[in-house]
Amino acid sequence: MPTSYALTVTGLRKRFGDLEVLKGISLDAREGDVISILGSSGSGKSTFLRCINLLETPDAGSVAVGGETIRMRPTRGGRAEPADRRQVDRIRSELGMVFQSFNLWSHMTILENVIEAPIHVLKRPKAECVAEARGLLEKVGIGDKWAHYPAHLSGGQQQRAAIARALAMKPKVMLFDEPTSALDPELVGEVLRVMRALAEEGRTMLVVTHEMSFARDVSSRVVFLHKGLVEVEGPPDELFGDCRSERFRQFIAKDKR
Amino acid sequence: MDFGFVGDIFVKLIRALPLTLGVWSLSVALGAVLGAGVTWMRASGLWPLKIFARAYVFVFRSTPLLVQLFIVYYGLSSFPAVRHSIFWPFLRDAFDCAVLSLALCTAAYQSEIFRGALAQVPPGQIEAARACGMSGFQLFRRVIFPIALRQGLPAYSSEVISMTKATALVSLVALWDVLSVALKIRNDTLVTYTPLLVAGIIYFVLNFLLARLFMFFEYRLTPHLRGRPR
Repeated sequence: MPTSYALTVTGLRKRFGDLEVLKGISLDAREGDVISILGSSGSGKSTFLRCINLLETPDAGSVAVGGETIRMRPTRGGRAEPADRRQVDRIRSELGMVFQSFNLWSHMTILENVIEAPIHVLKRPKAECVAEARGLLEKVGIGDKWAHYPAHLSGGQQQRAAIARALAMKPKVMLFDEPTSALDPELVGEVLRVMRALAEEGRTMLVVTHEMSFARDVSSRVVFLHKGLVEVEGPPDELFGDCRSERFRQFIAKDKR
Repeated sequence: MDFGFVGDIFVKLIRALPLTLGVWSLSVALGAVLGAGVTWMRASGLWPLKIFARAYVFVFRSTPLLVQLFIVYYGLSSFPAVRHSIFWPFLRDAFDCAVLSLALCTAAYQSEIFRGALAQVPPGQIEAARACGMSGFQLFRRVIFPIALRQGLPAYSSEVISMTKATALVSLVALWDVLSVALKIRNDTLVTYTPLLVAGIIYFVLNFLLARLFMFFEYRLTPHLRGRPR
């Protein structure tokens, strides 16, 4: 059976000063995989996600999106840097990123936020982008808010707009960096519902999250990071059932309390 | 009050307004270009440029504009090397010197405004743009600049308005701007109040219009800071 990897990460390392945050992490995502990345704070999960689209530059290791490896070259300091900035820009445009703090562009309306990158990065015709954007906003349940500015929306609505913005690029992989952590508890559900719908559509998703129910019920695979390494990974049934990792058992026990 | 006399003064001062406006607009524009350059140097990773930019701002903000103006107009011409350089046709001209020294000074202030405005652009919004594949000039044009513009406009309008008042200093380097014409009328007629009052009113109206213009821009640029639509 041919395996098509949407995303392949190999031996990713990242150090901030004296602190080695990632100590060699590898991960493969097949098309349609929904991978939840769990871990206590400081385990490196957000850094790992940010290294995938090079918002952080990994010191070592490689990332390939849709079979295309991001070319890196060594720096004099013994680290790495992208060999071709244009390739990085292009690959970033193939990865949809959703941030913890939404990061919608404050000076643009919701519709303008969604059509911005398709028009200016992908150079697609505006009318087409607008029509698609209206559809996407409808899909995430804020179709009537297209003319509002981000400041006029609730956190949950902003995050759904941010998801629509990421979807507008027709990404090969969606990266979610703690998408519900900045939300009031009653707004978490509306964002998770949208993410669940995306997962059911067969989108490839990497989700850094603290939402155990999402990890358990929606994801096809769970990766648990501990101190910069993959402590344990596998299908959620296996991990949440009877996990051999004492640390993971403690981690989910904390959540139940 | 002799309205004929006031009218006469008014006409004379208004005739000098183009020079005031010329010095003002050219120095603000040149200052913006220089200020952008200084900001760029400050933001560059190269320490010689950074130190130069910081020193530039420090020096020009810490000395009186009048001293700067006199150094450019009277001071530079005392060096034979300057008089024989290719810049002499430019530096011997009072108008050019006035524009240059006002521009050098406002560049320091403007660069600080630019720096502050850029520093206030939320890093997350820049990151979101990068994550979509934007970089370089496109990132600047589509995201960084529009946000910084909105942050910096209030401070920038203050600087531009204070520059109209700074142009009054050029009356001391033999240029016939609004104030120097007013001073000449005072000298010739021995009437002190009226010409200075009329000059003050002209500056006031000019700045009133400028302030309204900037308010209008600000209003147009910040619908996101007002209430929800509908």
